Amino acid sequence: MQDEVATLLEKTASTERMAQSRYSQRIQVCMGTACMALNSEQVKTALEHAVIENGIQKQCQVQRVGCPGLCSLGPMLRVIDKTITAEANEPRETLYQQITPEVAPAIVTSLTPAAQPTSALDAHRCEVADTFFKRQVKVVLEHCSHIDPERIEDYIAHGGYRAIQSVLTEWTPQRVIDSITKAGLRGRGGAGYPTGLKWATVAKANSSNGKKYVICNGDEGDPGAYMDRSVMEGDPHRVIEGMMIAAYAIGASQGYVYVRAESPLAAKRLRVAIRQAQRAGLLGNNIAGSAFHFDIELRLGAGAFVCGEETALIASIEGGRGQPRPRPPYPAESGLWGCPTLINNVETFANIAPIIDKGWEWYAGIGTAKSKGTKVFALTGQVKTSGLIEVPMGITLREIVFDIAGGIPNNRQFKAVQTGGPSGGCIPEKFLDMPVDYESLAKVGSIMGSGGMIVMDDSTNMIEVARFFMEFCMDESCGKCVPCRVGTVQLHRLLSKFVDKTATPADLIKLEGLCKLVKHTSLCGLGQAAPNPVISTLNYFREEYEQCLKPSP
Amino acid sequence: MSKTLTLNGQMISAREGESILDAARDAGVSIPTLCHMNGVGDVGACRMCLVELAGSGKLVPACTTKISEGMEVNSDTPQLREYRRMLVELIFSERNHVCAVCVANGNCELQDLAIHVGMDHVRYDYLYPAENVDVSHPMFGMDHNRCILCTRCVRTCDEIEGAHVWDITARGIKSHTITGLAEPWGEVNTCTSCGKCVMACPTGAIFKLGATVAEMEKDREKLAFLKNARERREWV
Repeated sequence: MQDEVATLLEKTASTERMAQSRYSQRIQVCMGTACMALNSEQVKTALEHAVIENGIQKQCQVQRVGCPGLCSLGPMLRVIDKTITAEANEPRETLYQQITPEVAPAIVTSLTPAAQPTSALDAHRCEVADTFFKRQVKVVLEHCSHIDPERIEDYIAHGGYRAIQSVLTEWTPQRVIDSITKAGLRGRGGAGYPTGLKWATVAKANSSNGKKYVICNGDEGDPGAYMDRSVMEGDPHRVIEGMMIAAYAIGASQGYVYVRAESPLAAKRLRVAIRQAQRAGLLGNNIAGSAFHFDIELRLGAGAFVCGEETALIASIEGGRGQPRPRPPYPAESGLWGCPTLINNVETFANIAPIIDKGWEWYAGIGTAKSKGTKVFALTGQVKTSGLIEVPMGITLREIVFDIAGGIPNNRQFKAVQTGGPSGGCIPEKFLDMPVDYESLAKVGSIMGSGGMIVMDDSTNMIEVARFFMEFCMDESCGKCVPCRVGTVQLHRLLSKFVDKTATPADLIKLEGLCKLVKHTSLCGLGQAAPNPVISTLNYFREEYEQCLKPSP
Repeated sequence: MSKTLTLNGQMISAREGESILDAARDAGVSIPTLCHMNGVGDVGACRMCLVELAGSGKLVPACTTKISEGMEVNSDTPQLREYRRMLVELIFSERNHVCAVCVANGNCELQDLAIHVGMDHVRYDYLYPAENVDVSHPMFGMDHNRCILCTRCVRTCDEIEGAHVWDITARGIKSHTITGLAEPWGEVNTCTSCGKCVMACPTGAIFKLGATVAEMEKDREKLAFLKNARERREWV
């Protein structure tokens, strides 16, 4: 029976590889949210029509893939042509940017045997790809943009579900936890709690009714952040496999993926993936012939930012009002329906399968002493090339902003980079050479956060930035505790006085006092971190606040 | 099992599983509270009972934090006093708390707390929201101007009466207590008119009708009726 699953995986993989090898040319179209908003679906249809019109449907395949990362240049597509080999006998890969349905046929024509060299496509050739991808290391996103997210066969052909298969047949739960611990993986949701330690705590927790749960936190809501969404859209099976391994390690039989309804594509792809995994016998009872039962349900969130906080998320899954509660007890001890619950972020789960597959030694070799592995960032703001990147921990901010993103456009100067969304801070130019890891970012008053990274040039008013984030926190406060509910409103009013240049020196003192109050007395992370953008801009750009004081009469 | 911990430098004993708040009150130390009420579950929302844990310096709510052996708790530091005062100021700035015309004047936990923390003025802008007063219920009224969203009524109605007439709608500064499915209180047919929410409310937000200024109604016909009944034995 156990061999049956191994055979099934092997068979699916070889059938899929064979089916794919029939095509010598492949056009991969990005079908992530950003590119789809720019008509990539119509581009794909136009490509398919053109392939038939040119009569090359037997050699050329048009494929749907996830996000390759260059979101500002969409719709993106990649042409893999095995008939022309580039260096080291690798098939030639060409990236094209900003493809419209009108340009699409020209790409297909260029692949026909009778193709004439043409300059029509020159403007669409992606020039920045070399510099953009050079410093990146893809672990979480390794399949994203290379496989069809809606086909389990494609995932299996790329080595998918191999990790869970070997875990179920050869590994003890303890060995799984030890591997994750030794790999040094830390929670990618923002706080960076050691994942192995969390797993071990839930594994050891006693459940009164014997039940434990695994929750995948896909409630990504920081302004400008879309890492988790892209992973769920581009490689949903990877997330499912990570959850399965976690469930085996801690002894859970039920999992929930919590996705906000504002990411309909991610929810759809996960739903498809869960159904496919169930049909393949990878989810359900007696998985791989073992005594392991595990199933996953998808839960849609209504879009409250606070539901990314674990206790609020659990309340929301239970059907209650999405409000946090004081911890302890932590979910590891008393979570969903009072049972021990493991709750990890999407990106954390996406890191699990490769750690098992390639070994913790390999994973621990990437990154810095205390922050291992890679981190996916959504790079936005005033940079030449924005998009989704995955970099090893310890890379400097300068490398990200200037080498990967190509620097600041319009001949302007770099001013600051904001990390961690509304809970993070602004990092000024003097820290550009600082390595990006959990400790370094915390030291300069920001946080890693879930991976939003907003670059600002010298035309940015830092008080307006602080006010923007405060407005966000004010709107998203659940209203349970006084400091967050009222404090954020008062902070927003004070910041508005600075923006309007009607603030007095007393307001500056009030602002600082209130930041301290909200930070130290709020119930959950939302309130505790809400003043961070103000505190960090006060630290590094205090003169801007002082310049906004009303001239004394 | 009893445990020993240190509260404000004094060793005190406490029962296992007890909250810091209960242990402190047993020992005669008062910690200010607002959303806490004996008899209903705690939510740790008002942050008034925050205490400092030695070592980590972390602030935790005394009402929801369980004691542990050897714990060192400080409930009265200059910093905590300042925070409590600021929190009371924030509550006063949020809605229209005008004591002079409030039914609870002199019998209000918020007023008492303001005096206790020494809040003589509010440093923040008053938000002056436009709030409604719901007097659709035949016996009780709800004045949203005075509501501090402590959810004591919500928990009392849910946990003690079992009717769950009260709840909170919307979020952040727009949060509101509602009755039923956000209907006028008088139209909520799950309300048993038990009046427990009136008892639970720390301020003058939920009150008995007939208790406010200009609400007294006199029934002078009654006197003529009584006289008639006595003299002519007519009871109609």
